[in-house]
Amino acid sequence: MVLRRLLCALALGCALFAPEKSALAQADTASLIQALGEARNYSELEKAVDALAATGDSAAVPALEALSAGALYTQKLGGPVRIGIERGADLVLTDPLTGESAGTEPAGGYERIRVNNRLRRSLRGAIGALTLLSPKPEIRLAAAQAVYKNRDASALETVEEALAKESEPRVRAALELARAAIQLAGEAGDDVKLAALEIIGERGGRESLALLGQVSANASPAVAEAAQIAVQKIQASLRWWSILQNITYGISLGSVLLLAAIGLAITFGVMGVINMAHGEMVMIGAYTTFMVQEVIRTSFPGLFDVSVLIALPLAFLVAGAVGIVIERGVIRFLYGRPLETLLATWGLSLILQQAVRTIFGPTNREVGNPSWMSGAFDIGQISLTYGRLWIIVFALIVFTALMLMLRRTPLGLQMRAVTQNRRMAASMGIRTPWVDAMTFGLGSGVAGLAGVALSQIDNVSPNLGQGYIIDSFMIVIFGGVGNLWGTLVGAFTLGVVNKFLEPYAGAVLGKIFVLVFIILFIQIKPRGLFALKGRAVEQ
Amino acid sequence: MKGGFLLRGLDRSGLIFLAIVMAVGILVPALNLLVPPGNPFHVPGYAVSLVGKYLCFALLALSIDLVWGYCGILSLGHGAFFALGGYAMGMYLMRQIGARGVYANPDLPDFMVFLNWKELPWYWQGFDQFWFAAIMVVVVPGALAFLLGWFAFRSRVTGVYLSIITQAMTFALLLAFFRNDMGFGGNNGLTDFKDILGYPVQAAGTRATLFFASALALALGFLLCRAIIRSKLGKVLVAIRDAESRTRFLGYRVEHYKLFVFTLSACMAGVAGALYVPQVGIINPSEFSPAQSIEMVIWVAVGGRGTLIGPVIGAILVNFGKTYFTAAIPDFWLFALGGLFVAVTLFLPKGIVGTMGDWSRRMRRQPSSTPPDPTVKPAE
Repeated sequence: MVLRRLLCALALGCALFAPEKSALAQADTASLIQALGEARNYSELEKAVDALAATGDSAAVPALEALSAGALYTQKLGGPVRIGIERGADLVLTDPLTGESAGTEPAGGYERIRVNNRLRRSLRGAIGALTLLSPKPEIRLAAAQAVYKNRDASALETVEEALAKESEPRVRAALELARAAIQLAGEAGDDVKLAALEIIGERGGRESLALLGQVSANASPAVAEAAQIAVQKIQASLRWWSILQNITYGISLGSVLLLAAIGLAITFGVMGVINMAHGEMVMIGAYTTFMVQEVIRTSFPGLFDVSVLIALPLAFLVAGAVGIVIERGVIRFLYGRPLETLLATWGLSLILQQAVRTIFGPTNREVGNPSWMSGAFDIGQISLTYGRLWIIVFALIVFTALMLMLRRTPLGLQMRAVTQNRRMAASMGIRTPWVDAMTFGLGSGVAGLAGVALSQIDNVSPNLGQGYIIDSFMIVIFGGVGNLWGTLVGAFTLGVVNKFLEPYAGAVLGKIFVLVFIILFIQIKPRGLFALKGRAVEQ
Repeated sequence: MKGGFLLRGLDRSGLIFLAIVMAVGILVPALNLLVPPGNPFHVPGYAVSLVGKYLCFALLALSIDLVWGYCGILSLGHGAFFALGGYAMGMYLMRQIGARGVYANPDLPDFMVFLNWKELPWYWQGFDQFWFAAIMVVVVPGALAFLLGWFAFRSRVTGVYLSIITQAMTFALLLAFFRNDMGFGGNNGLTDFKDILGYPVQAAGTRATLFFASALALALGFLLCRAIIRSKLGKVLVAIRDAESRTRFLGYRVEHYKLFVFTLSACMAGVAGALYVPQVGIINPSEFSPAQSIEMVIWVAVGGRGTLIGPVIGAILVNFGKTYFTAAIPDFWLFALGGLFVAVTLFLPKGIVGTMGDWSRRMRRQPSSTPPDPTVKPAE
């Protein structure tokens, strides 16, 4: 069910962003918009507006809205019609059809297209018709939601008309909700209002609470009582939604933490190496994404949407290579001396940070979101961005891949053997130094992958990794060292707990509580949630 | 008896060290106050503050060496104890400002007036008295260390786990002290101090006194650490460091020893912080940052842990380098510091003093007996 909703939402998102306007319709709409500027009196203007409404092309909506708001301009000497925003004596101009900027020019050269009240009414009708009666269901849906929010009484007629034609259930539901809101806000009779309250109580959200408050204050006792019941219903459902929202956001935060921590779970958990430079591997991954996007921007602009996909393997390789160099160059001399490893890798992290700062500068670098990762969608009362959704998916993919790697491949087998008993593994002919290097490279590479994901939601700066290192260690320790499942559970638990604490304690205090909680938790279960059993972990 | 205990650990190198510290403690202020400016022997006022700061760091490094070098507890949160001591002193200094603040409120520090607070929070009560602040300087870090240590050592959290926990502790405190409603000045911390014990903080005489107090504290801290490690208690500490399980099997209550030495070390760090704040003139939450605490550890590693003299030398050397390079070639400093971490752990595990000790012993062809090598792998 949830999955279907997600898919539904995904399809909706793709449809919204897909450019599918035909060139012909564009040209037609453009000439009709131009006609708005050429009309010599109100009746000609009204004809032009009706003609635009008749096209059914929702691309005309911005122009009509601007016209109704008195922000549509025509040049005194003839020329294209523009939407203008006054700034001092100048106009900031945009093209009404494409929404592209058309520069800033002195207001003196432009004339506002005037409208009267009669026209404003027909404009509202035209806008409503273009959107509420649009052939595309997603535009109808958005329009219905907009009407529900602004409760414009003049839209009632169009809403009724749309309802009569509507066949798609979700748009129908939205339209009914919109109609109910208008009826409640307006002067309708008690029975109409009661029916409307029924609908709103059932499906309304936070935004109708204010309306219900007004209704219960002003209407007849029967309606007021029904409004009270509707308010209670909505508040009860909102409580559920807020719990659900906390869980969703918590999972989203947890997936970020999981990505950051899972590489550490390998180097720290499997190898027992404290890698304080782990955060810098994440940073390297993020900067790899930045570099890939730079190259694409300058050389292959068409590939921008797949830049993140190109960056993934590259980030894995770059961070993995840096990891192997670190392991071979420094860490292998320090096996069995964990505290020294900690200090040495901290030093490496300082060097890497400063190196990146010297090369790329100390400021944040701009990493763009590909179109399929930008935007947001709603599930009921929860709004989630596509970027966050993809990161959840990606974190789970990485986790599964790592699990499979550890369980099903020869390298994974050797890694586990070395973890459990290094000397025995060596006696069986496993090249333990090679396995060490590969394991460390793998952990670092996964951190690089995390960097690609984090570059989409966080600032790409030399300090990117610093923000995650302590959280990552906490998660690995909390979940239990040497156990990827523990890391998964730990990351999601901490993410969800954090989000539940935030409304009560604020983000910072919530984080402090979580830290204190883990410090105390480790006292009770020093080896984490999922401790490895047996002699192997007893040093 | 007490004096006897303190003096018991003195040998030749200890005496030389003490003599140098006390000579610096007397000479630097004297050259600042008595020699007129312009004379080549004159020590400028900023140098007195700067070296005074180094002496506080040296005391801090000494406290880290006591737990890390002799008991094997790598604390990545000593910055927190240092900062807590500093805040305790800072609170006293804030109360001394009195009505001379920007808002001229006789009771409330400026930032509280700014936040529209009406009265002093309960935890600020008593800090107008120097004796109370002086006790808190020791008690607050000590209590925190005792609490953390009591939990951690009892459940046998050791090694890197303990390091990471202490790091999380200082990180949590960092976040907490950044909050304005904690009542510690938030991001800006405590600053604009005017008087200490009635003397203006900025005056040359006060600076000289504070400098001397820092040197004295360092000397006393050194004597105390020396006495502890030369006692039977110290031998047990070293035994815990080298073979914790074995020591436990021999019947020692390992966690009690660790708890004692960890708490004592935190108290020393608190004193260092308290002396640091009036000399620097500000205390803010950045002192809690985990990076700061790790940097303190490298002072000890550079000088040589488990030597007591080494950390003092290391703290002064590294901080001198930091002062010099961050001014001369700012970009280079983090490379140098990072390189120092790597180089010391790889090539100089015993630090400067430890390595020099090895050399001199080899010269004299004596079998190495003391000090014990802190870098050997635990034999368990």
